[in-house]
Amino acid sequence: MCGIVGLFLKKEELHPRLGDLLTDMLITMTDRGPDSAGIAIYGAEAEGLKMTLQSDTPEETFAGLDEILGAAIGAPVSLVAADTHAVLTLPGEAEAMARALLAEKGIRVMGVGETMEIFKEVGLPKDVAARFDIRSKGGSHGIGHTRMATESAVTTLGAHPFSTDADQCLVHNGSLSNHKNVGRVLSRKGFGPQTENDTEVAACYISSRLAEGLNLGEALEGALEDLDGFFTFVVGTKNGFGVVRDPIACKPAVMAETDDYVAFGSEYRALANLPGIETARVWEPEPATVYFWER
Amino acid sequence: MQTIDLATTPLRDLNAMLQAQTDNTNQTSWEIVNPKGAHALAVGLDAPIEVTVKGSTGYYCAGMNKQATVRVTGSAGPGVAENMMSGTVIVEGDASQYAGATGRGGLLVVKGNASSRCGISMKGIDIVVHGSIGHMSGFMAQRGNIVVLGDAGDALGDSLYETRIFVRGTVKSLGADCVEKEMRPEHIEILRDLLERAGADASPEEFRRYGSARKLYNFNIDHAGEY
Repeated sequence: MCGIVGLFLKKEELHPRLGDLLTDMLITMTDRGPDSAGIAIYGAEAEGLKMTLQSDTPEETFAGLDEILGAAIGAPVSLVAADTHAVLTLPGEAEAMARALLAEKGIRVMGVGETMEIFKEVGLPKDVAARFDIRSKGGSHGIGHTRMATESAVTTLGAHPFSTDADQCLVHNGSLSNHKNVGRVLSRKGFGPQTENDTEVAACYISSRLAEGLNLGEALEGALEDLDGFFTFVVGTKNGFGVVRDPIACKPAVMAETDDYVAFGSEYRALANLPGIETARVWEPEPATVYFWER
Repeated sequence: MQTIDLATTPLRDLNAMLQAQTDNTNQTSWEIVNPKGAHALAVGLDAPIEVTVKGSTGYYCAGMNKQATVRVTGSAGPGVAENMMSGTVIVEGDASQYAGATGRGGLLVVKGNASSRCGISMKGIDIVVHGSIGHMSGFMAQRGNIVVLGDAGDALGDSLYETRIFVRGTVKSLGADCVEKEMRPEHIEILRDLLERAGADASPEEFRRYGSARKLYNFNIDHAGEY
């Protein structure tokens, strides 16, 4: 199964409520997948680059990490820790050096970007959201996922969203059937997956096409050509939000649009408490049809 | 009229109340508020009652219905009126995939559009969709009628048995063994009755009829590649 939610806010007045709205949407989808949960939030633009980190031993790992990294790269680094995750802010040009240092310490990088922060863990959506205090986070758009694992292990790294390039992330309901081959091709292009998970290959695919210069809509059209299997994808970029379903379209999807937002849910239940839903345009996205919004 | 608020009444309690109604019940009119996309709403009913759901429903609303009239004022999730036996289900908005699947009797009316696999494996239900239907509709459909005032998606009536399919608009493509057939007077009469009962403002003469070519009923070695 799996449950997906997404919210793209058109009006700035709603931005402070993003985390709260998304959290409620995701909790509603709990019974579609109780194994793990994750949310990507496109929040305030950082002065530099945000890196979301994860560690199984956060207390000792994150203590003093900002000073160690700051000294190593010779620039100010800030760190905000929350449970197993921490968001580092550092100058963009120091990313490679920071990644090398973090890898040495066995710290995982969940995603990087100027606005995106990403939080995912094993457990129920309500617990995962509480651990990272997702409700308090504002932003322009975000996507969330609650997983019922079918294809690879229930681990933090196997949870969605998957982020494979700056400010990009993807969530998936379904299962791919040609991900091994696509993954091999992408590896040769420098966009190879890091885990065994099929969804990560889809995220890598979108990242590789965006890096070629395609826009989000064109990259999603490409996914329809090149990815085989069952999928409903919701994709976030720094300024965009996209949805595509495979031609068979057996994985459910409902969308709603008002003057204030575009919302996605695996089921209508996820949208039922959004403000103004009574008068929203609500529809089921067509199979093999790309929907995307960019600001 | 009984009004049940799903914000305060558990779904199972509501369904138990509705399922407890008998042929002689005095409580013939029910209104359900705050459905908010709940699954399996008003399923397994077996009494001549009228149930109006004010809002949109999730999976399997009015599944296995017998006798009852269930009206959804919003849209319905996947599998609305699945395996209906008799009675009437009316969706004022859109219906998601496999509406009326495997239904054996009764009438399902969708005032908006129905998405993919509408009427899949139906066995006697009548389905009238005022809008359009999605791909693979009528797949392996065995008995009953599908009436579509709008258009039909890809692979309409694939591997069809004896269900009649009437489409007023365009058909994107026909599935294996589904062909257009002539409209005879008896079909016009069936269609006129269904359109009237479904409150559809359309003339039967505007429709085309599709049905089974009956080439897949028996194994044919010359068609081995098509199985």
